[in-house]
Amino acid sequence: MRVSKRATSAIALSAAAALVASGCSSGDGDGDAAASKDGSIVVHGVQPENPLVPSNTTETGGGKIIDWLFTGLVEYPNDGGAPRNALAESINTTDSKVFTIKIKAGTKFHDGTEVKSKNFVDAWNWAAYSPNGAQNGTFFADIAGFDKTYTSDPDGPDGPQKAPAPTAEKLSGLKIIDDQTFEVTLAAPTAVFPTKLGYSAFMPLPDVFFTMKPEEFGRKPIANGPVKFVSWEDNSLIKLTRFDDYNLRDKMKVKDVDVKLYQDDNAAYADLLANNLDFMEVVPTSALAGDKWKTDLGDRGRSTVTPSTAFIAFPIYDKRFQNPKLRRAVSLAVNRQEISDKIFFGTRKPADSWANPLTPGAKPGNCTACKFDPATAKTLLAEAGGFSGEMVFYYNADSAHKDWMDAVAQQVKTNLNINARAEGVPTFAVFRQNINAHKMTGPYRAAWQQDYPDVENWVNPLFVTNGSSNDGLYSSTEVDALAKQASGAPSLEASHEAFAKAVEKVDQDVPSIPVYFYGQQSGHSEKIKKLELNNVGEIDITSVEL
Amino acid sequence: MGRYLLRRLLQLVPVFIGTTFLIYWLVWAVPGDPFAGKCGERRCPDQYIAFMTEKYHLDQNVFVQYANYMKNLLQGDFGQTFSQREISDIILTSYPNTLKLAVVALAIEAVIGLGAGVLSGLRRNGFLDNLVLVSTLFLIALPVFVVGFVLQWLLGVQWGIIKPTVSSEMRWSELIVPGFVLGSASVAYIARVARTSIAENRRADYVRTAIAKGLPMRRVVGVHLLRNSLIPVVTLLGTDLGALMGGAIVTEGIFGINGIGRQVFRAIITKESATVVGIVVVLVLVYLVMNLLVDLLYAALDPRIRYE
Repeated sequence: MRVSKRATSAIALSAAAALVASGCSSGDGDGDAAASKDGSIVVHGVQPENPLVPSNTTETGGGKIIDWLFTGLVEYPNDGGAPRNALAESINTTDSKVFTIKIKAGTKFHDGTEVKSKNFVDAWNWAAYSPNGAQNGTFFADIAGFDKTYTSDPDGPDGPQKAPAPTAEKLSGLKIIDDQTFEVTLAAPTAVFPTKLGYSAFMPLPDVFFTMKPEEFGRKPIANGPVKFVSWEDNSLIKLTRFDDYNLRDKMKVKDVDVKLYQDDNAAYADLLANNLDFMEVVPTSALAGDKWKTDLGDRGRSTVTPSTAFIAFPIYDKRFQNPKLRRAVSLAVNRQEISDKIFFGTRKPADSWANPLTPGAKPGNCTACKFDPATAKTLLAEAGGFSGEMVFYYNADSAHKDWMDAVAQQVKTNLNINARAEGVPTFAVFRQNINAHKMTGPYRAAWQQDYPDVENWVNPLFVTNGSSNDGLYSSTEVDALAKQASGAPSLEASHEAFAKAVEKVDQDVPSIPVYFYGQQSGHSEKIKKLELNNVGEIDITSVEL
Repeated sequence: MGRYLLRRLLQLVPVFIGTTFLIYWLVWAVPGDPFAGKCGERRCPDQYIAFMTEKYHLDQNVFVQYANYMKNLLQGDFGQTFSQREISDIILTSYPNTLKLAVVALAIEAVIGLGAGVLSGLRRNGFLDNLVLVSTLFLIALPVFVVGFVLQWLLGVQWGIIKPTVSSEMRWSELIVPGFVLGSASVAYIARVARTSIAENRRADYVRTAIAKGLPMRRVVGVHLLRNSLIPVVTLLGTDLGALMGGAIVTEGIFGINGIGRQVFRAIITKESATVVGIVVVLVLVYLVMNLLVDLLYAALDPRIRYE
């Protein structure tokens, strides 16, 4: 998942936004084609942390620009629905294990070279080769031969030993058939694999990438999307312009896009109010209080829901939290509606399902532990033998989490008579360090934004033994078996059904508690007549009309 | 004079080494693993951490790291950030911006502060004096961010006289309001100090002599009185340049200026010792050089001061 740098925080407030209901276009009707044609817009951005290499970008500042610059094999529609082919002509499989991918002929990178199948194969091989240190390297773990190219350090990164050199430089599961066709063999059947192909880690790279240092390429990236890179002034401005040879989908209607890199959201908001900034994805928290943003922006503001969920996770490696009845009691004691209304002014919705309901394959309302039921909670707590000592809820204090975490602790204290309180850890880095080292001594906040739109992404990383974000070390043989069966199902429909069963089991064990679904409040200038947001709430720059 | 200069320059060396080591060590001691929060709610792949640890020698102890850093620095290599950007590039792009802002602030301080100080010093206890007293008190009492937000909101959003933030070209005209915000508290101090100094010297023998000689008032104030009263003001202004540059982070944030404040803040949070030290090294040099300049200016202002 991508981490938002906003307030050095963990999750991505900027996450995701499928405007399922509204169809997401702004209500002002169509724009003026002539004004759009040579027009330019200024949008809000944050200095990317790393050079812009798709497989090495895991935060929203750079991720947003990568999403605009590149077009992948599949794309996620703005309405949050099932992925559809973009650069891919067809993705065929009979067993969810061997995929034959055919790409459209005659599409170009911004340097004029044609996009061929080897641009994908080479890019994936580069990212999957562990000495290259790509942050998204593990996304290729499904592909056969990954264990040969990506080796692990036997005693972890802090230990004295070094990771052995990989025995292969290339993934054995990737085979080029001709310029437009390649074959991918996975290590095990994975129904969701084609869905993953829209994530930025899977973007193609031009030949020139392999002749230069990645960080040099990333300072002046050459991509294949609707917009091409012009220049990058650190911490100040990234200039992009329309790619006139783009032929995969609508070309951009405006000509230039300036991404103004702000340090401070309030400065950006002042610019937005003065029509000096054309689009701001997430208005600052200070503007949400008392619905100030609504009065400030009027019909220039818009509110959407995003497929991200805030959780409170239990450290199951701590003996005191191993009884599912206790965990369920805590969950039932939290009044989510009240937190949503009083603390977030309704901008976040109370959670009632395990996977975010905007995700394809998710079942709305399947979290029975998400109800507010203090009476049952008390009974369950008694059955679990009570809780002795102090229950401390942890959060990272460098982002706006104090209010709602205090509220959760207070509700647990009032409704269960547990001696509960919330405590802030100074920075996100220290917070994550303790979580990664499995040293948490109380429930802690967590958040999840999907990498790709499928319920699989809400189960395997979070609830399966050794899942990449299963930080609380929850482990259930039943969930593991069901999830494995679901991942290897022959079709997405079958896979979704099987995941629903796995989630039912998760619902009984309550390894973590969903608290609220994120929302997003954005604003645009008077100049913009029409715009859409993509499935993760970023502005879809091809839709902008002036 | 030459020996004095040499002695002062030699003093810079231990100060330089002391401050850089102290800062390097402090940033190193900030708790938290630099890569723990980098990949969001998921731990970074071990391979990535191993790659970065090796590249930046993070497995060495702080003394070895510092020695390595200083060795490279003396060869003109400021090193790279964890995002693999040259730190010298960051310094080259962000320093001029902060310097520009600080210079504008300093100019505003000098003009407004000195003007108000001289006027109120000459007409003590008059209406003007009281006005300056009250308004400077008001400015001192207001924190920078309040002045900043209020002016940005009023002038930028409500009245539309200025753009709320500064563009990437950093035009001088755009810097007037941010410069005023940054220098607002110092304006007040300058005015106060100048007033006291003028008022005191007003009664000095040489001023009385000058007036008795029949010199025009303009010459008495402009040449005799002002020059001798400037010493404390120049001291304040000179040391203020460094303080303004180091303290610009709030103003830079409000007006979206890409300066050093933000860079230092970001680097401390991500534990990039090399970036923090690189930026601070230059700031330390600014402080030291400005102090030296101020001392040398004394001699020019007051003929009684000589350096051996």
